[in-house]
Amino acid sequence: MIGEWLDIGPVTQIAPGNARTLPVRGGEELAVFHTLDNRFYALVNRCPHKGGPLSQGIVHGGVVTCPLHNWNISLKTGEALGDDEGCVPTIPLRVDAGRIYLLREAVVRGIAA
Amino acid sequence: MNAHSGIEMASGAPTGERLVVIGNGMAGCRAVEEILARDPARYAVTIFGAEPRVNYNRIMLSPVLAGEKSFDDIVINTAEWYTANGIELIAGDPVIHVDRQHQQVVARSGRVESYDRLLIATGSDPFVIPVPGKDLPGVVTFRDLDDVDKMLAAAERGGSAVVIGGGLLGLEAAHGLTLRGMQVTVIHLMPTLMERQLDEAAGWLLKSELERRGQMILTGADTEAILERDGHVSGVRLKDGREIAADLVVMAVGIRPNTTLAKAAGLECERGIMVDDHMVTSDPAVFAVGECVQHQGQCYGLVAPLWEMCRALADHATDAPTGYTGSVTSTKLKVSGIEVFSAGDFSDAEGTEDIVMRDAARGVYKRVVVKDDKLIGAVLYGDTADGTWYFDLLKKGEDVSDIRDALIFGQAYASGGAPADPNAAVAALSDDAEICGCNGVSKGKVVAAIMAGACSLDAVRSTCKASASCGSCTGQVESLLSVALGADYGGARTVKTVCKCTSFGHDDVRREIVAQAMKSIPEVMQKLHWSTPDGCASCRPALNYYLLCALPGEYEDDQKSRFVNERMHANIQKDGTYSVVPRMWGGLTNPRELRAIADVVEKYDAPMIKVTGGQRLDIFGIKKEDLPAVWADLNAAGMVSGHAYGKSLRTVKTCVGSEWCRFGTQDSTGLGVKIEQMTWGSWMPHKFKIAVSGCPRNCAESTIKDFGVICVDSGYELHVGGNGGIKVRVTDLLGKVATEEEALEYCAAFIQLYREQAHYLERTAPWIERVGLGHVTDQLFAEPDTVRRLALRFRYSQQFMQDDPWAKRAAGADSELHQHLAEVRPLELAQ
Ligand code: SRM
Ligand SMILES: Cc1cc2nc3c(=O)[nH]c(=O)nc-3n(C[C@H](O)[C@H](O)[C@H](O)COP(=O)(O)OP(=O)(O)OC[C@H]3O[C@@H](n4cnc5c(N)ncnc54)[C@H](O)[C@@H]3O)c2cc1C
Ligand code: SF4
Ligand code: FES
Repeated sequence: MIGEWLDIGPVTQIAPGNARTLPVRGGEELAVFHTLDNRFYALVNRCPHKGGPLSQGIVHGGVVTCPLHNWNISLKTGEALGDDEGCVPTIPLRVDAGRIYLLREAVVRGIAA
Repeated sequence: MNAHSGIEMASGAPTGERLVVIGNGMAGCRAVEEILARDPARYAVTIFGAEPRVNYNRIMLSPVLAGEKSFDDIVINTAEWYTANGIELIAGDPVIHVDRQHQQVVARSGRVESYDRLLIATGSDPFVIPVPGKDLPGVVTFRDLDDVDKMLAAAERGGSAVVIGGGLLGLEAAHGLTLRGMQVTVIHLMPTLMERQLDEAAGWLLKSELERRGQMILTGADTEAILERDGHVSGVRLKDGREIAADLVVMAVGIRPNTTLAKAAGLECERGIMVDDHMVTSDPAVFAVGECVQHQGQCYGLVAPLWEMCRALADHATDAPTGYTGSVTSTKLKVSGIEVFSAGDFSDAEGTEDIVMRDAARGVYKRVVVKDDKLIGAVLYGDTADGTWYFDLLKKGEDVSDIRDALIFGQAYASGGAPADPNAAVAALSDDAEICGCNGVSKGKVVAAIMAGACSLDAVRSTCKASASCGSCTGQVESLLSVALGADYGGARTVKTVCKCTSFGHDDVRREIVAQAMKSIPEVMQKLHWSTPDGCASCRPALNYYLLCALPGEYEDDQKSRFVNERMHANIQKDGTYSVVPRMWGGLTNPRELRAIADVVEKYDAPMIKVTGGQRLDIFGIKKEDLPAVWADLNAAGMVSGHAYGKSLRTVKTCVGSEWCRFGTQDSTGLGVKIEQMTWGSWMPHKFKIAVSGCPRNCAESTIKDFGVICVDSGYELHVGGNGGIKVRVTDLLGKVATEEEALEYCAAFIQLYREQAHYLERTAPWIERVGLGHVTDQLFAEPDTVRRLALRFRYSQQFMQDDPWAKRAAGADSELHQHLAEVRPLELAQ
């Protein structure tokens, strides 16, 4: 099972309310978020509006506010909230024994074949 | 009938099948009870228990440790029970081998028992973090009675204890040991206690209460080693170097399903022993229940699910299979005097709605999460009376749309005619019902005040004080207004609130922060009854600034509550790279600085460098990873951050002045540099720009700056509130002074007044438009020495503001904000 999951290290690397980036060679950079109620999410680090780096936004509840033009993006679904429309791919993530795992196939999906 | 379970038989026929149970704990024994209840004659039961005692209620070990219960109080199945039901209990003799081939188990004593059906209920083992010293005498876990006895023995001797782990278990251990007279420190890896059950708000309340009770709580603390002195534990060292002395160390960091036997016996296991809906393992003759199992990917650490598992198991084992479908769990902390309840999911973002109620006076925080008209989660602190009710709604998935508005006030309020309309609910209250807890104002008094002419919330607040303090009853007062005044009620008040998270305006918040000496964002949100659990992108930065301004040198800046530019100390660009603007004092520079900038541009091949409108250079296209290195290079040439990104002092624009210019009346350049050196680094409600022109020709555009100086023969004209941006505004003349010293003094005083009174994200221009220049001058010249005192406050806070943020980052601070987690390389993936 673990084989399908990519271990990206301990949860303590990301303080609550913050995000860290995870470049994928030949693919799109990912952003891994840690919310203030201690949930973890991973998204492609590209705002559906104009590609803003979501990892740099302010995290509140299960939402990140894009640093460029303040769209609110749901960390769970990757969808733009409110009146804005657009969606960014999410990467299935699980936390086990204090470590963060991303679903491999989803991580490599972005890689140009 | 379930696929796995092969053995078929005429149901109920007493066959004396041999059922062997491994694990004499809560699940194992309950499973047997459930089977007996259905078909007492069905099995001949033998139970192996590693613990040398009968089955007891493990969750009650906490009260035993705390001295609130004795072991006898918590026994579930007495010796008599075993005999009466013809059960053979083999206690103190753990099973060490399972031979599925011959359907036999072997115990440590060498004793062999064969079975027709085997039940594995081995529970979990405490997880022990692999640090040096973990095996020292004096290091204990918290799982069974022996552990409790060890802790009690240690407590006898007194001294201090460290509990590693701020979850349910750890906090209950800490509580017990505190009551037993030990000085307890809790070390928790995460920044929030019980983070799996609580959110930031509830975690903060819990932490402050435990600290009030004398426990030391270290969150975000990572254990590096357990220290030893003459063969016994003597303390704990954290990764950050801190050392905490301890005569006892309790490890309560988590549990691992105990799958040792099952794995060895070749049963399918992941984190736990894999079971189907009937608690049957990969071997049809072997069942498993309790914490040791994994059902549909889930492992449980609470008893409620076990009861449900045991029912499904018994139904199946007596040929009336029903099936277990998984459990929704809820948690309560068993620490006397502290009420904490948590259930379900409270992080789901999409389409969910948080309903939050806070009562600072009673230390209450309630949060329920609603999605598609159903309750999906609840966190309660301080008042958990409705926990069971919420949990019930949650499990049943009941539609709550018509009690939606009353939901947060609890069952008593919501049910019984469920007045969906809050007005109706308030109208229904008796006259002496208390509306405002803080100021003890009854409904009668509020209505009286309204009838006496207080026809707006603010009027009510000022006349009878209701909702004047914490504001939690604002909703109810507004309901009373509309009930009492009907059509005449002007509707909710006009004061612009900070954001949708609160009913308070900026001024209220600033006033209360100072009045109640608040010290952190969660504290403000609790005491001022924020309607969201952790605020939003509008209020977090505002509160962070207000606290920073109110507590210079004391308040610890909250990076995550800052906009990207201020968190990264550079300006983010549309492509996600950053621009870097080093400070050039008064627009002056020199070859050394220019060389350093040129070198940076080449070294990091910055695609563009530009002269800004603020008389300095802007280097574009720097990657976030490279920023610290760039800053190090610029620091080396003596340059510091220009704060081109901050709600802070931006630039002090100057002209050449009397040093060179034939019209110059004073040294405008020199004064500009002095002013910038006094003011740089200060955080403000919004960005702040200054200019000094050497004569009324005003080449530095002083009259569109937040603070502008125009030099004249007789001294210095001081101008304020200018803006050259979206809405151009020409400055107002504040006054004229004779010396540079006075010019600096007034500049400092004006800035401090703006810092203390303006709303967050309000430039000086709109601020003065709102309060009027008269207000500003009144404030400045109220008493002969107000200018001096304001200037003093500014200079005091500047002591803490004027260390270059770039230098700190260059030296490695907050490196996680700049470095990637890791890089994923396809090679690694293809394996
Ligand atoms: C770099 C610069 C343009 C330039 O190449 O000259 C600039 C660039 C930006 N300005 Fe400006 N402003 C720059 C001088 C000005 C000036 C002229 C001045 O300061 O003498 C003004 C009008 C004067 C004034 O502010 O009163 C100006 C009025 C604004 C405004 C409107 C402010 C207002 O109150 O209306 C904004 C928007 C805001 O701040 O909300 C803004 C916002 C911005 C931002 C920060 C937009 C953003 O949030 O990313 C731009 C950042 C670009 C970057 O990455 O550096 N910039 N901006 C100038 C940097 C000055 C410096 O050295 O720090
Ligand atoms: C201090 C404390 C407080 C708790 N508080 C709560 C609470 O408030 N609410 C809640 O829902 N839950 C609580 N829990 C969790 C709850 O106690 C467990 O979920 C429950 O006991 C699990 O039951 P179980 O039968 O699976 O495991 P256990 O009750 O641990 O039983 C397993 C038994 O199997 C024995 N065993 C293991 N291996 C062998 C072997 N090879 N041979 C023979 N015997 C073996 C063990 O010695 C143990 O006696 C608490 C737990 C602790 C320790
Ligand atoms: S004027 Fe507009 S586009 Fe130009 S720098 Fe300022 S904010 Fe950016
Ligand atoms: S790019 Fe994210 S809001 Fe514009």
